[in-house]
Amino acid sequence: MSTATLDTTEPAAPVRRRPPRQGRLLAIWTWLVIIWLLLPIAVMILFSFNDTKGRFNNTWQGFTFKWYGQLNAYPDLVGALLNSLTIALLTAVIAGALGTLIGLALGRYRFRGSGATNLVTFAAISAPEVVMGASLLSMFLSLNVPRGYLTILIAHVMFSVSFVTVTVRARVLTLDPALEEAARDLGASAVTTFRLVTLPMLFPAILAGGLLSFALSIDDYIITSFNSGSTITFPLWIWGSTRTGTPPQVNVLGTLIFVAGVLLALGNVLWARRRNR
Amino acid sequence: MNRLRARLTPYLLVMPGGLWLAIFFVIPMVYMLSVSLMTGNVIDGFKLTFHFSTYGHALGLYHDQLIRSLIYGLIATALCIGIAYPMAYWIAFRGGSRKSTFLFLILLPFFVSFVLRTISWQFFLSDNGLVLGTLKSWGMLPADFSVLATSPAVIFGLTYNFLPFMVLPIYVALERVDQSLVEASYDLYANKVQGFLRVVFPLSLPGVFAGVLMTFVPASSDYINASILGGPENTMIGNVIQNQYFVASNYPTAAALSFILMAVLLIGIFSYARALGTEDVLEAAAG
Repeated sequence: MSTATLDTTEPAAPVRRRPPRQGRLLAIWTWLVIIWLLLPIAVMILFSFNDTKGRFNNTWQGFTFKWYGQLNAYPDLVGALLNSLTIALLTAVIAGALGTLIGLALGRYRFRGSGATNLVTFAAISAPEVVMGASLLSMFLSLNVPRGYLTILIAHVMFSVSFVTVTVRARVLTLDPALEEAARDLGASAVTTFRLVTLPMLFPAILAGGLLSFALSIDDYIITSFNSGSTITFPLWIWGSTRTGTPPQVNVLGTLIFVAGVLLALGNVLWARRRNR
Repeated sequence: MNRLRARLTPYLLVMPGGLWLAIFFVIPMVYMLSVSLMTGNVIDGFKLTFHFSTYGHALGLYHDQLIRSLIYGLIATALCIGIAYPMAYWIAFRGGSRKSTFLFLILLPFFVSFVLRTISWQFFLSDNGLVLGTLKSWGMLPADFSVLATSPAVIFGLTYNFLPFMVLPIYVALERVDQSLVEASYDLYANKVQGFLRVVFPLSLPGVFAGVLMTFVPASSDYINASILGGPENTMIGNVIQNQYFVASNYPTAAALSFILMAVLLIGIFSYARALGTEDVLEAAAG
């Protein structure tokens, strides 16, 4: 509570004490970096409207909407995007469920092996992607597991679980166990308590973990490239196209994903704001 | 009965995800360690012969790429701290009600594929592209000047791609700094610089540590930036590992290089953690 009251008085004090020029320099710096961060996105969107003649889309030749109507010119590109979307969705659901259970166990219980579980979770977050991808491929090769959609999904769940675990564990640690005890005292069974009390309180963390898994999965190149076999995902297709020229359809799909992602995120923020009111 | 169930609960909760991580993360790592000690070839198969000299051989051949990766990673991480810290500071202390808007803007690049963003920079920095082409046509640069296929281009790409991973943890640490501590230091006659150096900065170190962890490891093991923005002179250890797998099919060398990379990064992280003090590290690791 005390921090909340401090927060409201916080902006006034430093502003009064500091010369404004220093603050202005930092503000300019912040905005310059943000512009730098967004520059490639602006170019991607701009060149999705470029009326380019050949397959190389790198000089501006006039404005057109036509690429938005010709998405099917590269059917394998659309297929790659569908692979990416379904794998990301399945990863979010599976890693979301598995990671939530581990996070719950680590945050709530003391048990033998919790140290090892923490260690593996931390290792899976901090291990270099090349090494994770290469080691998984080594195992698949030696067991003669055919690489494809399924092995990509396995790999994506593997590197996403830990992120969900960490998110959910942090949330579990802030929960008040008295609420669950109260539910039990009022006659709810363990399952009912979990469904009606624990799960709703954990939901924001589970959702955040799931969304993070989705984002990690749909954007992964390195681990996927090791375990994909002949299955192509969106990042793999773009990578392959760099040698022959990246067609404007890639910019179109990139733009559509960007817009959809931004709208979803903004919608989520507005929804949360309305609910908190 | 109930007590037994209560004792089993955490194990049942951990089991499904724990098995997934054990089978697809821990066992492959152990297996790859054994691969690095094998000899043979793709056609006849590989046999475990405890051939330790693969490590020496791999290091002898690829120490340049390994050292280059670490240097690129270090420079990119240092640049990220330099760029991110003032920004995170301003957003945390002066952002006011627009804090979340700034964070949203910093996260926006993640809505565009990593590979696509890097290609976008390749396009920007190409010899006759938007930036260099314009400067050359104004006569401000010699006609044969190029940025692509140089070390700065790769470091630029790494810095760009991993910057948000540095801003966020530093911001979170700064945001937690109790403003009344800073006020107290002013009351005790600290000036602005002292107040920052002796109160704010030490309190933000766990955030810097978390940021370094999230930037240095992926940056020094990345090969996307080196492939797209770099040239043959800028190959990193990630390129070599990938190449040993898919082109040379020399699995023992690839596995040995992977372990050398892991070992070097782990030693780096732990000695860095030691230098900062273990408590900070535990705090940072716990988020």
